[in-house]
Amino acid sequence: MEEFAALLDALVYTTSRDRKLALIAEYLRAAPDPCRGWAMAALTESLDFSGVKSSTVKALMMERVDPLLWQLSRDFVGDTAETASLLWPEPETQAPQPPLTLSEVVERLSALTRASTPKELPALLDRLDVKGRFALIKLATGGMRIGVSARLAKVGFAQAFGVNVEEVEEYWHALQPPYAELFDWATGGPAPDLAGKARFRPFMLAHPLEDGEVDLQDYAAEWKWDGIRVQLVRAGEETRVYSRSGDDISATFPELLTQLPFDAVLDGELLVRGSAQGGEAGGAASFNALQQRLGRKTVSAKMLREYPAFVRLYDVLLAEGRDWRESPWELRRATLESLMERLPASHFDLSQIVEAEDFAHLAAIRETARDEAIEGLMLKRRMSPYVAGRKAALWFKWKRDPLLVDCVLMYAQRGSGKRSSFYSDYTFGCWSGEPEAGGELLPVGKAYSGFTDAELKQLDRHVRQHTIARFGPVREVERRLVFEVAFDSVHSSKRHKSGLAMRFPRIHRIRWDKPAHEADRIESLRGLIRD
Amino acid sequence: MNAPFSWIRPEPWGIHIVPADVWVDPARAVPRALVTHGHADHARGGHGETIATPATLAIMKLRYATSAGAQAAQYGEEVALGGGVTATLLPAGHVLGSAQILLEHAGERVIITGDYKRAPDPTCAPFAVTPCDIFITEATFGLPVFTHPPIAEEIGKLLAARAANPDSAILVGAYALGKAQRVIAELRAAGHHDTIWLHGGQEKMCRLYEEHGVALGDLKLVSDAGKADLAGAIVIAPPAALNDRWSRRLPNPITAMASGWMRVRGRARQRGVELPLVISDHADWNELTQTIAEVNPAETWITHGREEALLRWCELSQRRARALALVGYEDEDD
Repeated sequence: MEEFAALLDALVYTTSRDRKLALIAEYLRAAPDPCRGWAMAALTESLDFSGVKSSTVKALMMERVDPLLWQLSRDFVGDTAETASLLWPEPETQAPQPPLTLSEVVERLSALTRASTPKELPALLDRLDVKGRFALIKLATGGMRIGVSARLAKVGFAQAFGVNVEEVEEYWHALQPPYAELFDWATGGPAPDLAGKARFRPFMLAHPLEDGEVDLQDYAAEWKWDGIRVQLVRAGEETRVYSRSGDDISATFPELLTQLPFDAVLDGELLVRGSAQGGEAGGAASFNALQQRLGRKTVSAKMLREYPAFVRLYDVLLAEGRDWRESPWELRRATLESLMERLPASHFDLSQIVEAEDFAHLAAIRETARDEAIEGLMLKRRMSPYVAGRKAALWFKWKRDPLLVDCVLMYAQRGSGKRSSFYSDYTFGCWSGEPEAGGELLPVGKAYSGFTDAELKQLDRHVRQHTIARFGPVREVERRLVFEVAFDSVHSSKRHKSGLAMRFPRIHRIRWDKPAHEADRIESLRGLIRD
Repeated sequence: MNAPFSWIRPEPWGIHIVPADVWVDPARAVPRALVTHGHADHARGGHGETIATPATLAIMKLRYATSAGAQAAQYGEEVALGGGVTATLLPAGHVLGSAQILLEHAGERVIITGDYKRAPDPTCAPFAVTPCDIFITEATFGLPVFTHPPIAEEIGKLLAARAANPDSAILVGAYALGKAQRVIAELRAAGHHDTIWLHGGQEKMCRLYEEHGVALGDLKLVSDAGKADLAGAIVIAPPAALNDRWSRRLPNPITAMASGWMRVRGRARQRGVELPLVISDHADWNELTQTIAEVNPAETWITHGREEALLRWCELSQRRARALALVGYEDEDD
């Protein structure tokens, strides 16, 4: 437990991704089984102890600390787990006991009930120091919030044992904490036996097509639909939906779980019904509509009715009792087409191939993509196998040209990590009306990319020289610098005062030359909404 | 002037010793001032006459480039202020030259602590527990969450980080008066004898400490260093320089900060600190409560900091106490 607590503590303070990975890898190599498996479960938030809530911890503290002193401390520290770890009275004398291990802690937390917690949790806290108590309470109440994503933890795992992270992903979702088979495999043992489980397979991803062309003899083109990439897996009785990161989102889209009539692993775009993408009949709604469905653990009947989900299929990984991933795309495509008649049209359709005579013709077709709220085109090498991750020259995404709008810099925030001394995150706005007639700037977006290191230095200097107010790490600047901002689409949003939200905004050009009053109006941005 | 303790009056900008017309650590320029220690929020410039320890006066001279009106008082020396009031400066253990002020008038004894700590510090004289009727204490870290670990542990963390990252400079944010010299002295005590590199803002105060007999070993300025010198080096800079352009010259810097506030994760993360070192020149919660208990005054007055919690502790332990609303003391720079 001491080592795990030290790991959490170090991760809290580390901003560099490389250093975080090194810390995780170092811990995983040194810690024993099954502790390190439980640590992986904790870092990926795969643990849930229902017996302990934040209120449970507070109640324990109320018996030990004056309520006013607790309240004043909690207000200052801003975190119940941390305050409790600091204020927990160290036991006066204590019979020497062997140090708690993480796996003992997990075992005892799992056994807690509402009735036993008030006695059992203090007994654990008494055996730990301040870092250990913090780790215990975070573990028990859930929600680590230490700046480590599940993916980062898995990359750390792969780094620790010199294995491929995509293989880790492939096994991960089929295994349960503390992942004994996974550690066994990573340290030289046999691969986990996962037959009969509806497990995730890592996605094949695409590189952006920067410049140049591809020969359509070798590549096929498909629309790049504006939904979320999903993998639908059925193995026997079990059907699951996985997101691009390998998260199991089956509960969010229950209507899909009964629709796959045979064992298969299919790759496609999850969309909701509407007319913005792909025409009136059988079309899909914009991404904004899909967002209504995302991130929900339970789905109401109303949601299911108003935003019905379906999958537009791109590819087949497994079907007909066969793993097709080694086969060329052409063969997989033919297989997928042959499967379509056995799939219900209510929940599945096929992403159509875009036919073009040559690349120039394809470019012309792509120009029309905006009107259909499509992200752009995918170019897939006809002979490409289905391989995990991004492999050069197999698949390209050829996004439509971005939309551009001129905005005025309003606020700048210091970045983190390497950029921690630079004002590198910029909030910009457009005019609510004619600036001369009392129009004001309203924030429309925030961007922290699209400029060179040399430009970053210039921008940092500009921010420092034109600061008019400071709010912690944020500076408000004089409204004088114009950014040409590129973005993929814009949607209406209740979250922002301007009523707009941009997707993927980035700084396209810095218009040192352009006066602020010539920046765009909110109205012209609003005209680009295609919800 | 006959009511008990009516001769001493807390005002928003300082504590006024009425019969002598002397102010303690006033936040504005006055004709006569008693100054507990050299931190800028306590030792302001422009007083007609300033009574303080020789070290505090030297620090003020360094800062304000004048020693006009300086009147030195040694620790333990009784100074007649006039109006029947005497003042005696006693070690406070906060920074070099820091003093508590014992005031006596008509048999009544009042101590104003200024800032203080009880933990050992090789760069200054230790706090002297002295009986009094009214004890006027600071409360910078007056919350029970603040307990400062033994400094050797924190110095050990710093040295371990250095050993583990030979390609990095370990950049330690430390207040230029007191904290920087204490960290350096403790590093030396822990056996670290390599050059310690300083931000330009730290140099003069380090020299002043050395002139007052505090050995700090080999110190050099970062501005004189080549980039290769700084890999594996410990660099001391004012907290304000940590996330500023200045630090860009350092190789793969790891940002550390030596402060009592580092006890709280959020405070460290706000400042982008990767290596928090809980090192404070103020009394922590246990030292504050222990000191009040040891001095055992008839009444405790609480000045700057988190008065509310310490007031509550006094109430719970059945001690008379009140909070003074003084302005102008900053507690961020520990």
